Formats: sequence, C-alpha cells, structure tokens
Amino acid sequence: MAKTQADSSDLLLDIRNLRIEAKVYPPGEAPRTITLVQDVSLTLNKGKVLGLIGESGAGKSTIGLSSMAYGRGGVKITGGEIILNGRDIRKGGTQGIRALRGREVCYVAQSAAAAFNPAHRLMDQVVEASILHGVANRAEAEKRAVALFRKLSLPDPENIGQRFPHQVSGGQLQRVMTAMALCSEPDLIVFDEPTTALDVTTQIDVLAAIKEAIRDTGVAALYISHDLAVVAQVSDEIMVLRHGKLVEWGGTRQIIKEPRQEYTSALVSVHEIAHEEKKPDASPFLSVRNITAAYAGGKIKVLKNVSVDILPGQTLAVVGESGSGKSTLARAITGLLPPEQGSITFAGRTLANRLADRSRDDLRELQMIYQMADVAMNPRQTVGTIIGRPLEFYFGMGGKERDARVAELLDKIEMGRGFVDRYPAELSGGQKQRVCIARALAAKPKLIICDEVTSALDPLVANGILKLLLGLQAEEGVAYLFITHDLATVKSIADSIAVMYRGEVVRYGPKSQVLKPPFDAYTDLLLSSVPEMEIGWLEKAISGRRMASAGN
Amino acid sequence: MLDLKHIPLGAAIGLILTALFLITAIFAPLIAPYGLGEIVGDVWAPMSSQFLLGTDNLGRDLLSRMIFGARTTIFIAVMATALSFSLGAILGFTAAVVGGWLDTGMSRFVDLLMAIPTLIFALVVLSVLPSTLLTLILVMGILDATRVYRLSRAVAVDINVMDFVEAAKLRGEGNGWIIFREILPNALSPLISELGLRFIYAVLFLSALSFLGLGVQPPDADWGGMVKENKDGIVFGIPAALIPAAAIAALAISVNLVADWVLNRTTDLKGGRGNG
Repeated sequence: MAKTQADSSDLLLDIRNLRIEAKVYPPGEAPRTITLVQDVSLTLNKGKVLGLIGESGAGKSTIGLSSMAYGRGGVKITGGEIILNGRDIRKGGTQGIRALRGREVCYVAQSAAAAFNPAHRLMDQVVEASILHGVANRAEAEKRAVALFRKLSLPDPENIGQRFPHQVSGGQLQRVMTAMALCSEPDLIVFDEPTTALDVTTQIDVLAAIKEAIRDTGVAALYISHDLAVVAQVSDEIMVLRHGKLVEWGGTRQIIKEPRQEYTSALVSVHEIAHEEKKPDASPFLSVRNITAAYAGGKIKVLKNVSVDILPGQTLAVVGESGSGKSTLARAITGLLPPEQGSITFAGRTLANRLADRSRDDLRELQMIYQMADVAMNPRQTVGTIIGRPLEFYFGMGGKERDARVAELLDKIEMGRGFVDRYPAELSGGQKQRVCIARALAAKPKLIICDEVTSALDPLVANGILKLLLGLQAEEGVAYLFITHDLATVKSIADSIAVMYRGEVVRYGPKSQVLKPPFDAYTDLLLSSVPEMEIGWLEKAISGRRMASAGN
Repeated sequence: MLDLKHIPLGAAIGLILTALFLITAIFAPLIAPYGLGEIVGDVWAPMSSQFLLGTDNLGRDLLSRMIFGARTTIFIAVMATALSFSLGAILGFTAAVVGGWLDTGMSRFVDLLMAIPTLIFALVVLSVLPSTLLTLILVMGILDATRVYRLSRAVAVDINVMDFVEAAKLRGEGNGWIIFREILPNALSPLISELGLRFIYAVLFLSALSFLGLGVQPPDADWGGMVKENKDGIVFGIPAALIPAAAIAALAISVNLVADWVLNRTTDLKGGRGNG
C-alpha cells in the first residue's frame, strides 16, 4: 500500500454516528422505541486498545457488540456506519457477518463460567472458531491453543484443554476464554468486563495475562469495564460514556490525570471518602472468641479460631477473597451456622449459638444487609410492608404510628414517602439497597452486618450508599461489621480491620495499624492487588508480589 | 385493581362461561324446567321445543338433569380441589420450611400414596365406605393433595433458600409468617396454573368414578354419570351422552382460560399495576 495511505491503512475500526435502539413494552402502554446509543463515533487503530467506561446502562457493552454487528435481545443498530477493515459491516448481510464473527472480531464475555458450554471439553471450544473458519486444521489450531495457554500462564498448558469448564477456577476460565478469542488470530477482540466477576487478587493475574497477550499478538481491543482503574492499566485511550452518549474521549493519561468533564472527574475520584478513624476507647459490646465453624458435618472447616471485637458505634471491616470465610463469620455471629467451638458475647452476656435459642431482643439488635438487594427483599411485598414489618414484629407498632415511622425511615435513607407503595421490581439497584438499610434500621439495632453491600452496585451509586451508611452511623450510633473484598471501600468506612485468609484472621487491628507496613505476605498481596488509577501500576504490582494468589 | 375494560378476549370468554356454569349450579332448582328424577317423556326423545335437549335413557328431561348435574359436579369438584390445595400446599410448604425428619416422613408417605394407582385406590376405598358426598370429597381431595404436595414442596424448597426468607428467619419470624407471607405469594404462580388443571382433573375423576358406578349415586345426576347412563344411545345415533361430555369439556376450557389470566397477573412483580 502506498505511503500516503499509511494513516487510513492503520485504521481498523471506524464507527460513525452509531445509533442503537430497542423496543420496550411498558405494561399498560403502547410499545415504544428507546434510544440506547446516540450518535457515538469512534476509531481504533490496529494493535491499539480502547477502553469503554461508564455505569450500567451507559451503552458500553452495546457499543462493543456493535463492532460485530450484534445486538443483544431485541436491540437494533438503526443508524451509522461500522467500518471494519475498510468495509461497512452493516451492508455485508448475514453471510458477511457470519464470516466476520469469530474470525475478524472475537468476544470475551464477563462470566466465563456461564459462557462456556459445560458439556464440552475446553479444547474443543477453544479451537472451534478457527476450524470452522478454515483458519487452521485441528492439529494446527490445537498447537496454537496450547501456545496461547502457555502465554496466558495457565497451569499445565499441554493438558488443560482436556478439562471441562467446571474443572478449572474462575480466573483460569477467563484466561482460557481469552485464548479462545485469540486462537483464530482476529484483528479485534471485544473484552466485556472480563475481570469484574473475579477476586481482586485473581483479577490482577488475568489483567496481566490479557495485557501481555494483546501486546504480543498485536491484536486491537475494545476493553469494556466500569472500573476506571482497571481500564487505565490496559488501554491506550479511554472513552467515557453515559446514558448512551459520549462524555469524554482521550488518551489514558489525560482522562485519569486531567479529566475535562465533571462526570469523568467524579468517576476518577469516586473512591475517595475521607474517613477519620475513631479511637478504640470504648469497650467492645460484641466479642467473637475463638470461633471454629464447619460445613458438611464438621468435615470442611471454614473458620479456624477466629476472634474479633466490635466497638459501639464503630465499623469493623472484614476483608479477604472469596472462600476466605468472611461471610461464614457473619453466619456464625447471626446464628445461622452454629459454631463448633468458641463463644460470642454480646452486651455482657453470651449469645446462644443457635438462632432458635436466641431471644427476640437479641435478634433485633443484630441486623443484616445483603449483597444482592433484589433477592433480599420479598418481591411480592411493597416497600411499606418490608420496612414496616420489623416495626410490627419488634415494637408492636401498627396503623398510623407505623406508617409515620416508615415515612421517617424513608426520609433517613434519602428516598421520598412516595416509595411506600412501590414493589422492589420498581426500584433501581441503589434504591433497593437503601430500602434494605431502612429495614435493618427499623429494628433499632446495635450492630448491622453488611455483607458486600456495595459490590453489586455502580461505583457512584456505591459511593452514595457508603456515605449514607457513614451518616447513619453518626446519627444513630450503630456499629457495622462490614464484609468486603474491596480495599478502597475499607479505607473509606472502617475503624478497624480484620484480614481473613482461608478461614483465619491473619491481621487484625485499628485501620491505621493494619494499613501500615510492614505487612505480612497475604495483606501485602491483597493491598498490592487493588488497581490504582495510575499508569504502569500493573507492571509494578506484578513484579513486587511476594506470593501467588489462592485462586490462581 | 381489576380493570374490566382491559381483560383479554380469552379471559373474558372464560370468565363469562365460568360465571354461567356457576349461576346454573347455584340456581339449579329455579332454572330447571322439570324435576331431577321426573320421567316426562319417551326414552331418548329427540330435541324439541318441549325438551330442549331431548330426554335420557329413562325419559327424563336431559336439560333439567344437566342443570342439576352441574350443581353436583361443580360442587364436588370445587370442594375436592379446595381440600387438596389447602392440604397439599400447607403440608408441602411446612415440609420445605421445617425440613429434616418431618419432611422425609411426609414425603415418603406421599410417595407411598402415589405408588398406588389413584383410580384403583379410590375404587377400593369407596367400595368399602358408604358413598356419600362427604366421603367422595374427602377421598378425591386427599388423593389429589399428594400431587399438590409434591409441587408445593418443590417450589417452596427453592424459595426457602432465598435471602429474603433468611432475613425473615433472622428477624425471628415463626413458620406461619414464613409460609403464608414470604413463600406463598411467591409460589402462587405455579400453584394457580396447577389449580386450573387440578380442578378439571377433579371433574374428570368424579365423572370416571360415576361412570364406574361408585361416584354420585342415582337418582342424583352428575355429568359423568349421565354419560354412563346414555352411552348405549350412541350406537343408535342418539346424542344424549355427548351433551354432558361437551359440558365437561366446556367447563374445562373456560376454567383454564380464567386460570391463565390470573396466572398472568400473579407473575407480574409490579403488583399487576397498569397491566391487563
């Protein structure tokens, strides 16, 4: 190709004035068309990575999938041009699209566990696209797959393909999926939140593997995520989206260092809530002493000799990756899983181990908020019933008195009184979690156990929930046991921290002390795995690690 | 909440027909032109202005017997279905919530009951016990309850592990609240769809029993029994047996049309607001 055309020949993907619509069927109204993506244009050069970022509903996945002319469930691309390798793929017809998908553009889904067919071996799924497109015969494709497995540092690359999806861990599965996308040597890969479902310590491995694979194969990528710090590690450029419209598009450095739009700066600074650590001056009102708990009739020990204290009006954060026993600790404290050994003292008396043996007052003073707010509320009860029930149950309130208190609680969680008659399905994710908080508050508890309450929410919404929790703590003097895997959240809310690893508390103390070096190996791994909004953080973190993550 | 203008056509037809059947059953003595056991004409007289549907194998007015039959058939079927649903659903939910030995014990007992073919079981019991309305309802209700039990237990086991049930247990709620307020509203959809079917099975089961001579005893009329009485006429081209059969079919369809519509409303998580 002539030199004068060098610029345009580098161009891989050119999306112009993309418009994507979907038909919705609101109950009781005529079906109408809503616009999901409005007038978005982007260009991507060969071998470059563009990060798409925004909260849920921003249209980032929809735009990503449009590069393979695909609309999920009733979503239609209604306008604009999608030019890939110099031709408009919308004009190519079904045949053209078929030749394109899996050959020129590949896709890596968020939940690899759900995206793999559980009935087929990994190798058969990894090489399928290459064989179907005639890129390689089976022997060549398998050889290439093994090389990719090795490049993505999967264990036992020669034989891992013979396993079934359930026989490898989540982080490994995500890397196998990346290998699957790379196997047919595409020009573009769409990564749709590939690390969101992973533990923070596993995420860093997958992220490093993806970054290395992109660099070595020279493939271009669209990297979709809601976590700006993650996107900053792999992308050359970042595009910020909101409500299907472009907010800001620029180089990675510019976006995270000098954001020009207000929304972008909100995203950049979202994790920063200044929280002054409270002095551990009072005596603890809840003490967990040497708890050992097990599932499956004592065979699988999930908590080993755990002791923690909770002080009135303060927050204890329990941190650790999945399987470290943090939720089990909550289940032991609430009595859902009676511990085998150890005791829990609450306000000077020993709490019964079993839920059934506890008095109604003990139950009232220990409330719980769950991770998934949508399943934590009965979908057939209105907000009024959900919040009002603890009032009836514990305080015998009824009629007007109850309604007044419900309205008061709704004000406390910064929702209007108009929500009383709504059903959970009529609330947004953040509102649902707020109602759950109100339900816990209604009991006037001394302690609320918050089990990953913000991890299912968008960063800005999660930020609002954390601020609300802090405000309520100041107002009501309630203590929190805050279970999370997100260290940024911990920094914003905790007064003391317990780090858990494989059922044991490996580090415990006031926040300032726990987060101050020297660290033990696991706390170091955990702390160093939290993505920081800084270019080059990933390489630094990987080289500085002292131990491998458990989920690897 | 009930917006009559926006009822779908199918549901409207079902509602009207079901209502007609019910009105017929309730006001039977007022509507029927002749008495129940009154012999008014020739055997198997054809349809005429005097006997709108003709007469049956003994010369009784078929229309009158159909009307009185509706009363017996629908009454027994409704009572038996109500019994089987309250019994089956409550026991099934309890088994799922309480678990352990209670669950195992009840479930195996239900398996045992289901292992015996229903019709044979009913025949044995009914041939021993006096064939009164009460025994009929009890036998039909209890036998049908085994099916409802299995369904409700299976549904409730799934709901019982949801976080909102755990939240209720943590609050200290008793089994009553958990079963009736947390689980029942969420299990309603499969139960209602089953209700439509079970009601029809009850009608058919009653008809089968009557056909075999162990159901409603003559001279009382019920639709299944009427098919039996008039079945010999089919050979001679007399439609008397087909009319009660058609009535059973019509009832079956209309009740299910209504059940489907109710189902549509109960599956909606927004309280059926603004939804037809």
